[in-house]
Amino acid sequence: MSDRVENRLFQNRYVVDVGRPHITVKPHVNPSNALVAMTRVCPAGCYSRNEQGQVEIVADGCMECGTCRVVCAQTGEIEWSYPRGGFGVLFKFG
Amino acid sequence: MKQNHFDAIVVGAGPSGNAAAYTLAQRGLNVLQIERGEYAGSKNVQGAILYADALEKIIPDFRDEAPLERHIVEQRVWMMDDAGHTGMHHRSDDYNEDKPNRYTILRAQFDKWFSRCVKEAGATVIYETTVTSLMRDASGWVVGVHTDRNGEGITADVVILAEGVNGLVGRTSGLREELKPENVALAVKEMHFLPQEVIDARFNLKGNEGVVIEAMGTITEGMVGTAFLYTNRESISVGIGCMVSDFTDVGQATPHGLLDRFKAHPSIRALLEGSEIKEYAAHLIPEGGYRAIPELVGNGWLVVGDAGHFVNAVHREGSNLAMTTGRLAAETVADIILSGGSCSRHNLAAYVEAVKDSFVMKDMKKYKDIHGFLKKGRHVVDLYPRLMNRAAQTWFRVDGVDKKSKESTIVREAWRARGIGGLMGDAFKLMRAWR
Repeated sequence: MSDRVENRLFQNRYVVDVGRPHITVKPHVNPSNALVAMTRVCPAGCYSRNEQGQVEIVADGCMECGTCRVVCAQTGEIEWSYPRGGFGVLFKFG
Repeated sequence: MKQNHFDAIVVGAGPSGNAAAYTLAQRGLNVLQIERGEYAGSKNVQGAILYADALEKIIPDFRDEAPLERHIVEQRVWMMDDAGHTGMHHRSDDYNEDKPNRYTILRAQFDKWFSRCVKEAGATVIYETTVTSLMRDASGWVVGVHTDRNGEGITADVVILAEGVNGLVGRTSGLREELKPENVALAVKEMHFLPQEVIDARFNLKGNEGVVIEAMGTITEGMVGTAFLYTNRESISVGIGCMVSDFTDVGQATPHGLLDRFKAHPSIRALLEGSEIKEYAAHLIPEGGYRAIPELVGNGWLVVGDAGHFVNAVHREGSNLAMTTGRLAAETVADIILSGGSCSRHNLAAYVEAVKDSFVMKDMKKYKDIHGFLKKGRHVVDLYPRLMNRAAQTWFRVDGVDKKSKESTIVREAWRARGIGGLMGDAFKLMRAWR
């Protein structure tokens, strides 16, 4: 896959708040279309599907854009807050 | 005065928050500004073009100190198909003036500088602190904020929400509605580093001259969006953005896949050749236009900048609207507090009037129907760039076909693609939306 997002996130600086992810996916059986769309639309590739078809998130590479929050606002499937002050992505150029 | 009480609290240290905090501090008010990033700019993303006029009205001699990259001498607008582009270029030596009108900037550096100005003007600025909610009194009046550091909260006469497009404070407090996917664009951007002289040679530049390329067409794969390429001193900002609802419902692309294909486009590839990528960023842009502007004031609060949905998507302007609304909010607040008034919804309405009297609301209003036009006329971003490129190629290729036949071919292709009714309808609707 030529457009692997991990390679570019590697360029970015993050201060990860270990053990306190600022985005979580609520437990579910069948994800909505909106949530499934995030596995493609998240610009940091944070969302993926597990073998049972549920959507999972690893928010370490999150750029805090808020796209998933907006897309899933109606379904209420994710909990979204900003990282604690000083944590999260740190843009050098922005 | 209570120890922890301020005249005003500004939430966020982007262009609108800095403009507001600076203006308030200049007027002698006791201001607290709260920013969640490690430094101002560390969470902020923009293309980025700085429009001098809006900043000049706040810091007239900003050019002496601000970290600016290049001043813009050339604008290219490209309509792209898969093989190339047809476009309009405008370049003038007149832009090599004492006080240039537009600059490329790097937001992390620029915002840091602006924030330093805010502190020098006398405001108290705290970083690494996230505002979590608003404090209200029994009557619902906003009287301060709670943060993730201070359990008791901090009080103020007024809170200016400059928290950006994805601001949660105003939303979770019920001051404005949740963003709709069809009203925001998701943009991704990379920073490509190249030696200054390479950029100069590739773009025909000398000194600090810079070029802006705005592009649309098949590069967004049927989604409503645009791409850009801005020359900085030793780097090129390259990015692409589309409406979030188009990403989810219309396109099949990942944002980074879309950016990769834009970078690989025959018209772009050579401009970036050999560059070193040092950052990848993503950000939302409020592009719902005039109709998406929320309630701007209430008892004890105002909203400015991206949080107020102040972006002119047609002209790619936002930071200037942010600075202007930040300044106007601060002037309103300063006038009220210095004359001993209360920051009631009624008194703060003067800010709304000031925004209406400025270019900000006039421009927002002018393009109020463009958003709806594009939502229903998604084909225009794909079909017309295609047709233009076809037409240009038919016209410029010398192949023994007479010019009259070439004209007929061009007309026939447009006709076939959209029909006479479709063509006229698009033109009419666009004209009406543009008015």
